[in-house]
Amino acid sequence: MKQNSRARVLGRIRQALLDAPPSPEPARDYLTAHTADDEAVILDLLHENLADYRANVHRTTETDLPALVAKLLDRHGAQTIAVPPGLPIAWLSETTARQHHDADSLLTPHELDTTHAVVTSCALAIAETGTIVLDGGPGQGRRALTLVPDLHICVVRAKDQVVGSVPQALPRLDPTRPQTWISGPSATSDIELDRVEGVHGPRRLDVVIVTR
Amino acid sequence: MSGTFIGMPAFPKAAHEAVRDTTLRANLRHATHTIRDKRAVAVAELADWAELREAGKQIKTETLHSLDTYLVQLEEAVTAAGGTVHWAADAAEANQIVTDLVKATGESEVVKVKSMATQEIGLNEHLEAEGIRAYETDLAELIVQLGEDRPSHILVPAIHRNRGEIRDIFTSEMGKWGREAPDDLTDSPVELAEAARLHLREKFLRAKVGISGANFMVAETGTLVVVESEGNGRMCLTLPETLISVVGIEKVVPTWRDLEVFLQTLPRSSTAERMNPYTSTWTGTTDGDGPSAFHLVLLDNGRTDALADEVGRQALRCIRCSACLNVCPVYERAGGHAYGSVYPGPIGAILTPQLRGTTSEVDASLPYASSLCGACYDVCPVAIDIPEVLVHLREKVAGQGGKGHRLEKVAMKAAGWVLDHPGVLAAGERAASKTRALHPRKLPGPGARQWTESRDLPELPAEPFRDWWKKNRT
Repeated sequence: MKQNSRARVLGRIRQALLDAPPSPEPARDYLTAHTADDEAVILDLLHENLADYRANVHRTTETDLPALVAKLLDRHGAQTIAVPPGLPIAWLSETTARQHHDADSLLTPHELDTTHAVVTSCALAIAETGTIVLDGGPGQGRRALTLVPDLHICVVRAKDQVVGSVPQALPRLDPTRPQTWISGPSATSDIELDRVEGVHGPRRLDVVIVTR
Repeated sequence: MSGTFIGMPAFPKAAHEAVRDTTLRANLRHATHTIRDKRAVAVAELADWAELREAGKQIKTETLHSLDTYLVQLEEAVTAAGGTVHWAADAAEANQIVTDLVKATGESEVVKVKSMATQEIGLNEHLEAEGIRAYETDLAELIVQLGEDRPSHILVPAIHRNRGEIRDIFTSEMGKWGREAPDDLTDSPVELAEAARLHLREKFLRAKVGISGANFMVAETGTLVVVESEGNGRMCLTLPETLISVVGIEKVVPTWRDLEVFLQTLPRSSTAERMNPYTSTWTGTTDGDGPSAFHLVLLDNGRTDALADEVGRQALRCIRCSACLNVCPVYERAGGHAYGSVYPGPIGAILTPQLRGTTSEVDASLPYASSLCGACYDVCPVAIDIPEVLVHLREKVAGQGGKGHRLEKVAMKAAGWVLDHPGVLAAGERAASKTRALHPRKLPGPGARQWTESRDLPELPAEPFRDWWKKNRT
């Protein structure tokens, strides 16, 4: 039956398009970015837009990062953290929270549910939309890691991980890798179209921008 | 959900009842006006909105004109990435494919991401009949499912419910489906969202099968994209071992790059956000990350009928943002249920009659559920000329006959003859003016009576204009 349906659907499409004129290549007269190509401006915009959708945004240096991560985990009372493979060990050198490394044996969904926080790097951040993108690369882990624990601390490297716009982001991302684009903590507009932060994903998102 | 729409009255009757429901009207007015204003602000942030809209229109048009090629390309890419592609010519085939896939896993429950396609085919009801329980996990879908209700909006299916009604539904119904609502639940949206989080979490953690739709499918890479806010989508796409996605064939876009247009226009048009909180993309399966089995069910179910209509096929460009619902004066007053379909509002008025045909009374009435004001066209991020398609479908409905339309044709033919004969027209006008005191305010008879039920007949002047002109100006 399946093979038959495939032929039927494709046949109907070809029949339906008998009179359709050939379409030209789509015009792309829109802008590549809406922001000046200036690192400081782009960083400020990322900061502003992330904060606008209720992410907590911090700026620090590579040297001060471990202390800041420890402080943020403490602030939220996180005693256990999930650690993705490839996360720089130094980032967690000052926290006393218990670390679950998601390496050889993967944490089950229930184990993740009792884990308070997760610390990751990212693939990319997009300033205009206030978005961080994870693609499962080193220090990011599989998708469930950044989904089930209630606090996500994400570290963004200012020097080479921030782009201005969505059109600038896509060519730098590999579509064959599973991706999660995150713009603020989880939210809903389902009750009277009012925005409420905090539903199923992490209710707290802390983004740490590491500058030179 | 679609099963519950069967036997719906035609739009005018359903709308007539809905506009008398003052709670419904207040809920809809509040919600649509809130989102309408926010959308305008979000769109104004982008100086190149018009160019993005034109690009979105052209990309979708070009895709539809080579739809067979792109679907075959998509199938190859998904298969190469470890997924399995199924083709469903109609709802019954799609439901059977999904049911067989779920049964093959040995599971009797599934978690679902909000999906218009699965509502359209009535998947939940079909699964229920086959002994499989489907849990809706989107907050608004949960409200609809717990309330044994019907969805009334594409993006926010429970838009017709206010916070107090939602609190009552959660308090009385959650316990029947799983974890009960907290005893002291108030109607604050924050608390209601928290109750949903707790209620659904146990279901996510134990789920073995997830069912989704998709906002986009990329032909060149085989990548699927789901755009959402709450994280329930991520839960369903990530935690289960098996993922089944049911997607309309018109959701394909040719290239990964094409997403740069729609990921800018969709969030701003639908929730008025620069970007929605979560977007997930996946290509087949990935070792050690997410489901180990992925099935894509490509759904026709009337789409190729719409594709065959030169004017109507533009409706297939729709990216389900729901901006047209939020600006529509008819939707704001009548609500989503009156449209008798999972696709309400202006887009529903042109999509449903094309997917289902116009043989039923409700479907034949849908092209008339509009004042043709054009606000829907102005906000559409892929520039679907909804008024144009409405008028086109009205012609089709009128052409297929029916009592009212036969009388209309006779009347128009008679009028045409009179207008062609100036002497007859002048005599008629004079006679009408002389007898105007005797004219009724309403007309009797089929067709004419309905027309004048809500409209007064124009008053005739004391003498015809031509007579007045001769006396005063010549």
